[in-house]
This record gives sequence, structure tokens and C-alpha cells, in this order.
Amino acid sequence: MLEKRILTQRFNKYDGLSIRQYIDLDGFKALEKAFSMSSQQIIEEIKLSQLTGRGGAGFPTYIKMQAMLNETRDKYLVCNADEGEPGHFKDRHLIEKDPYQLIEGMVISAYAVGANKGYIYVRGEYNNAIQQLEKTIKIATTKGYLGNHICDSDFSFELVVRRGAGAYVCGEEFALMESIEGKPGRTRVKPPFPTEKGIFDYPTLINNVETFCNLPTIIEHGGEHYSTIGSNHAKGTKLICLSGNVKHKGLYEVPYGTSINDVISELGGGTANDIPIQMVQIGGACGPIIPPRLLNMDIDNEAFEIFDAKMGAGAIIVIDENYDLFEIVLRNMQFFLHESCGKCAPCREGHIQIVKLLQKFVNYQATHKDYVSLQSLAEVIHTTTLCGLGQTSPTSVISTMTYFKEAYDKRINQQNKE
Amino acid sequence: MATITMNNQQLEVTNEMTILEAAKAHNINIPTLCHYPDLAINSDCRICVVEIEGKRMLPTSCSTPVQDGMVIYTNSPRVLQARKTITELMLSSHDANCTACTRNMRCELQTLSKNLGIDINRFEPTYKDLPIDDNNPSLVRNMNRCIKCGRCVDVCKTVQGVHVLERMGRSNEMMIAPAFNQSLNNLICTYCGQCANVCPVGAIMEKDDTDLVWENLHNPKKRTLVQVAPAVRVAIGESFHSLDDTVPIGKLVSALKHLGFDEVYDTNFTADLTIMEEGNELIYRIQNDDVLPMMTSCCPGWINYVEQHHSDILKHISSCKSPQQMFGALAKNYYKEQENLNKEDIFVVSIMPCTAKKYEAKREEFTDQYDNPDVDVVLTTRELEKMFRQMGVDFDQLDNRDFDEPFGMTSGAAQLFGASGGVMEAALRTVTEVLSGKPLKSLDFSAVRGMDGIKEASFNLKGQEIKVAVSHSLSNAEQLIQGIKDGTSPYTFIEIMACPGGCIGGGGQPYGTDSASRLKRMETTYRVDLEKDIRKSHDNPAIKTLYDNYLQKPLSELSHHLLHTRYYPR
Repeated sequence: MLEKRILTQRFNKYDGLSIRQYIDLDGFKALEKAFSMSSQQIIEEIKLSQLTGRGGAGFPTYIKMQAMLNETRDKYLVCNADEGEPGHFKDRHLIEKDPYQLIEGMVISAYAVGANKGYIYVRGEYNNAIQQLEKTIKIATTKGYLGNHICDSDFSFELVVRRGAGAYVCGEEFALMESIEGKPGRTRVKPPFPTEKGIFDYPTLINNVETFCNLPTIIEHGGEHYSTIGSNHAKGTKLICLSGNVKHKGLYEVPYGTSINDVISELGGGTANDIPIQMVQIGGACGPIIPPRLLNMDIDNEAFEIFDAKMGAGAIIVIDENYDLFEIVLRNMQFFLHESCGKCAPCREGHIQIVKLLQKFVNYQATHKDYVSLQSLAEVIHTTTLCGLGQTSPTSVISTMTYFKEAYDKRINQQNKE
Repeated sequence: MATITMNNQQLEVTNEMTILEAAKAHNINIPTLCHYPDLAINSDCRICVVEIEGKRMLPTSCSTPVQDGMVIYTNSPRVLQARKTITELMLSSHDANCTACTRNMRCELQTLSKNLGIDINRFEPTYKDLPIDDNNPSLVRNMNRCIKCGRCVDVCKTVQGVHVLERMGRSNEMMIAPAFNQSLNNLICTYCGQCANVCPVGAIMEKDDTDLVWENLHNPKKRTLVQVAPAVRVAIGESFHSLDDTVPIGKLVSALKHLGFDEVYDTNFTADLTIMEEGNELIYRIQNDDVLPMMTSCCPGWINYVEQHHSDILKHISSCKSPQQMFGALAKNYYKEQENLNKEDIFVVSIMPCTAKKYEAKREEFTDQYDNPDVDVVLTTRELEKMFRQMGVDFDQLDNRDFDEPFGMTSGAAQLFGASGGVMEAALRTVTEVLSGKPLKSLDFSAVRGMDGIKEASFNLKGQEIKVAVSHSLSNAEQLIQGIKDGTSPYTFIEIMACPGGCIGGGGQPYGTDSASRLKRMETTYRVDLEKDIRKSHDNPAIKTLYDNYLQKPLSELSHHLLHTRYYPR
């Protein structure tokens, strides 16, 4: 079996609402165990597990938690469920099918770092997920797993759902916090980092849904056990959102170290109608586009450093030979042109120019000069923008210029001949 | 301390420094654009990026703290390429018709582009023909030139606490605008003009009224009068290097004569008059248990703010007109009678450090029933500089001249009006002497001087302890206002100026006004006062003559008619 179901183990085994059934499926065991541990012990377990952030950047979770623990002011917890990256749907499934697991993970984190209020910022379009969360938070509060004196302890934690309004950039941690504060979603200057000055200027621990969902299993079975799952570079499992031109699109949970090829062919059943794969985009619109010859690489963060990118939050988008490379890249960049918040200059003014240059490629009007401009512009946006949006947006341009250079050359030579 | 390597030089720097500060401390120049000395770090323009060894990204030096052992390059090929590309991008969305722009040759974007050696822009122009917002008397917003650096947003929000300007929309259509992109005249804009002063390009400017002045200077039917505010003379020299460090009052008078003004008068004269009226109003309020604390009324930005935000405390505002409007009233009444002229024969121009004064001059209360305003045109310090350049004034060639009489003789106290705390100090010199009947031992009230946001002092007045407070920048005023609303304000008299440092830091002052230039202007202000023979308003013989021959006494019926006004909730 390629799949290893840890976070998804309760999927479809209960209706996602009944707290009784969740408890019958060993739910809240980890929370009870956590209450018998000290904050430092919990963070030590997470350190041992080598858990990294599942939102895309892959930052070690325990470092953020340790930084929070050292703070003495009021603290906040934020769960990033904005999931705006094209090709991703794992957070929605985690919320809709096992919301108590997320709540449990958040309460454990809050207890460990000493936060008494948390927000879950959910993508505005996720109506069902929002309703599910609101209902289950109410139920969990009545049953004493949220609110005052959780499980008869001294610890209290209030959880609030906030609905996004459709801006992609609100998945960026500081833009998200601005949005929760009621302001337009535009990022802030770092440093200070969220753990020093986050929501309402208080220390804030912000994690992705999937990251929080990993906490119950780590606490229940121990960090060391968790670290045996996965590859040399990355531990645990990863939820993969497989989409595009494959037979079996959907959500899969695999251990780190599984090859992309195996996911596509074994789990996805290959392309529909067996049209050859032209390219695969990994991690969503902000991820690299790679040719079939690289698909035997493993899913983990280290492996992705060759693309000067992180592996992202787990999308694998398969594109067969029926599609024009330049139209795909153009569509990616049009997305970012629409979603740039406009705060910093290279992102604000750069995307419109990237789009104009790519349109020339799509229309067979590009020259070598345009190629050079496109290359330097993509590099400048990538290296100089203020937040993750612009830092990752040109990845599809940069990666295709690296791996599909002949397509660019060919297009330039075909100029005006079509 | 940390040791860093910058461009192959080893430097010792303190840990709290940013890379930009560290570079500056060692005379390494990193270009910046959105960065402004007194404002928060925005990090929006990304021009100040540097390369740090071992890092793939190019972080901005303005926001990145130094770390021990950091190896930094401020001018590697990658860095230069990034700066050039970003500047090209900004130019592509900017109406770069530079030769037809107020900021031509003084534009920070133009300078940056020149310094980076940009000969060609690889990118297509993307700016749209956005409408220009100019239907208010003070400010013009031309968003086709805006480069979205965010300085104006910052100054409006954090320094002034007015929150009129904000980023609106997103991506390349993001623009800096008031709520719902309304015109400034529909909003709670105080017209303080701080946004115009910090704007690096020509996107926010004062409304240019110089043509109107030229026209009237050459209209033989008009007698042209000009008044010069105290803060103008301590700043305009910065625009003309030949005048650096000297206070060119005599040359300024001379230059104004060369422009063609018939009479060159001093706003300081009506500042003295303001002290007589306002000082006596304060004494009246104290002696008659009237509404206290009394608050000053010279600053039109402050008056706009209080009318818009805090109309419930209007009774605390002194009924005195500002010195500019007192001058206007005297010119169109007293002067008119003395010279046997009609109102419409007299054209009054003020030179002010301020954009809100343009709005003030247009207020209904200061215009007669035939639409004849007391002050016809207000020019900012920058507009006066423009007129001087238009006619090619060479200050080195000019002689020193005195202001004309009868509104030319002034006290040192009047000069203080230009700096925060100055109205307070001038008033205290007069009020304490009038009430105690004894001459003051020392004229310096140093507690109300300086750049602290809120300054307090207490004095013994005939056995009675009175407390006073002074604030500048509207965000600082808020605290004093809340005290009045709560009934906890311990003060008798409060001076409020809208701009940082008072009028010397006004929105109409030369570009690049920052804490250093404000401090310098403040020092000059106190030096001018010290060098004056007469340093108390009530000792000014010309003021005494005016009362004897015309107004009779402070707060007389005629004074009330000409020199006092009312305020309205808005």
C-alpha cells in the first residue's frame, strides 16, 4: 500500500459531527495525555517528531512553539484554513470529515504555548466547512473540550471561526492576521515575526490545518515513533491533492519519500485516455512545473530545493500533451496579477508586465529580448518582493525556463510565422 | 556590538541597527524611495535591497536587522539589476511627463532613475488616465503620478491621526485614496498638507495659485499687499543655497518688492495683535469663570480637525481669528479707510507655511456679502519659491529692506508663533505681565519649547496656580481633547498646532522637511526672538498706535467685529 492513513484515519468512519463517535474512535486521548504533560514536554515531543509546517514553507513547528513559550504576554493561536492555492482541497477535507481532530490539535498547541484564544480563518467559499466548524466548536464547548476549564483542568481556550472574503493573499500569515483584525489583507514587514508581534500585536502561533492535525497523533504515540514515518529529510505523512489529467483525482495520504510518479500512476491511475504527460505542476499555481523525466523524485522539502522552491502544500496537477505550455504559465501569472495585494512595487507592477510578456509568447510574437526581460523580471519578483506571494509566484516561469527552454526557443523562432 | 562585512569592509555596528542604518553610519549610500526619516518602515518600494551571503533572496536593508558575521553587498550585479528593474516597473506605471511636473528636477523618483543609470525602460506603460482631484482650495491629488510608496498614508494615519488616505484596491490597480475614492472636499481632511510635503513625486501638491498672483500684480487697478508668516522666513533659505543659515528677512522683503508687491507687510504684526486679543480673552475667561481651558485658534488644520471630529468642545476654542485673517480684516477695513480705497481695489496675498490656510481664507466667515475675501490668495513657502524662480531672483544681488508700515513693526514674541509652544510663550509673556502689573524677570518659558509631543508647564499668576499644555501633530492633540471631554483637564490654556513642530513643519514648507530641518528652523526662530529689541507683544508701539487710533482696546466692539470669529460643527 502506497497510502498511509494517519490524519485521514477517521475519514468516513463518523459523520464529522458526533463527538461521541469521535471519542469512540480514540478521539481526545491525546488531549488527555497532553494535560498530564508540561508545556516543555509537549514541545520536546514535537521536536523529536521533526514535524514541519504543512502550509508550504516547511518550517520546523517546535521552533515557533518554543518562541511562543518564552513570551509572557497574552498569546493567540491562529489556524490558517484559507486554502486559496489552486489545486488544494486537503484542509477542506480535514475540516469537513474530522473537525474534532483539528480542534484537538489546536487545544494541545494552545495548552503547550499558553494561548487562551484562537481563530480559525477559513476560506470564504468553504460554506460546509465553516458550518461544520461552527457546529463542532459549539458541541466541543458544551462537552468541555473547549471553553473554560477544559477537561476539568485550569486551562481555558476559546475558539472562533473567521471567514475569509476571497483574497488569495490572505493565506499569507500576516495578511491573514490583518484580515482577522478587520483590515484589508496586506502583509506586514518582517521582522518582527508573528511569534513576537502577531494578531493585535500579541505573540501569535499560526499554523496550517494539516500541521495542527498532526499534533494528536504525535502526542498519543510519541514524537520518536512519528519520526520513523517518512523519508530521511521529512517525517510523517503528507496529504496530496491530485488533480488535472488523471483518472482518479482526489485526496491521498502518503508518507514523505513517496515518489511523485507512484502517486500519479498507482493512486491516480495515470492520465485519462493515456495521453502522455507533458508536465506536472507541484504545489499549486506558485509551484514549479516539471517535465516527466523528473517525476521519480520524492515528495519532501529537501528534494524541491533544486527548483529553488518548497514543495508547497501538497498539490500535484497533471497536465497532458493537449495543452499549450505558455497558456498554462500565462494563466498562472494572470492569477497572480489578480491576487497581488499591491503593497510592494515589484509584485504590484511586475505581474502586469510578466503577463504582457507571456501573452507575446502565447501569440507567437515574442523575441529573444522578451525572453531576457521575462527572465530578469521573474528573478527580480522572486528575490525582492515583501511576502510569499511574489516570492513564489514566478516559480512556474522560472521552472519552465529551466526545464522547457527548448519550448521557449522554438516559440521565439516561430515568431510571426504562424 | 556586531561585526559585519559590507562590500568587503569590516564594520563594527550596534545590534539594534538595520543594514540601512549601519551603511549610513559608515558613509555607504544605499538608495531608498519609500523610506522617510520620521515615518515607520514601510518596506514597500524594495529599492534598498541588498545581497547577503548565503541568502537566495535580496532583503530590504531598511527592514533587516544586522547580525554578527553578516556578509553584505550593497552593489553587487544582482542588487543593481533588481533596483533597476524595480525602478523601470515603477516608471512604467507612472505618468513620467517629467518636464511638465511641479517636481521636475526635485523628484525623488527622477533622481533615483538618474542615479541608477536607467537609459531605457523595457516595460510597457501601464498608467491610466485617472481623474485629478482638485475641487478643494488646498490640495491637488494626481494619482497618475503616484508611485504608492505609502508615505502619505503613514503621515495621515500615524502622525496626524486623521486617517483620510488609505490603500484601496489591489494589484496594479491599487491606489492611495480616501474612502471610496471620494474627493478630499467630501471628507474629514484637515488640509494640513503633510501628505504633500512627504510625497516623493508630484502626486499630491498644494493647489497652485501663483498665476492669479502674477495677474493681479500686473493689474494697475489693484493695490497689492503681501504678508509673510513667521515660519516662512526660517525655511525658505533652504531652497536657495545662498541664503543658508541666515535669516533673509531683509532680502525676502526686497525680493517681494521685486515681484511687484506695492506693500510688503509682516504677519508677525497681527501675531502681536492676536496676543493682545487672545491674552485678554484668556484673562476675561479666568476672571469671569468662563469656559476653560481655552484653546488656541491660529492653526486652520486644527480648526478643521476640531470642527469635524470634536464639535462638542468648540466653546473651548478662542474666538480670535488667526493672524492671517486678522491681517486680512485690517487690510480690507482699516487700511482701506486710511488709504481711501475700495475693498475691491485691494488684493491681499499671504505667504504661509501651510496648505490649510488656503482653505481658511475661503471660509464664509472671512468673506463679505459681495464675495470679497479678506485674504485673496494664500501661497505656500514652496509657491513663493516658484515665483522667485520664475522671475529669476538672485538673492546675492538683493539689498536688505524693512517691512512697510503700519504693519511692519513686530516683537520677538510674534516670531515664536512659527514654532510649537510659541503662541503659548508669547501669550504668557503678555498675560503674566498684564495680570501681575510687574515686568517679567525672564522672558523664556523653556518648558513649552522643544519637540516633545505634549509639553506642560505651570505658573503662579497672582497667587493662583495655572497649568498650560502645548501639543503638535494632531495625533498628540487627541489626549488633551479627551481630558477636556472627561472633565479631567487640569489646564487653563492649551496651544494646539496640527503639524509636527508647529508651523515650521507645516505642509507648505520646502520638500524634505524632517525632524532635523524642523529643529534647525526652531533654533532660528528662537534666535530671531532673542535678537529683537522688543520681545513682548504688548510692548509693540505699532500695536499701541493701532489700538489708540482705531480699535480702542482689546476685546472692544470693533475688535470683536473685525478680529474675532465663530466655529461650526461639520
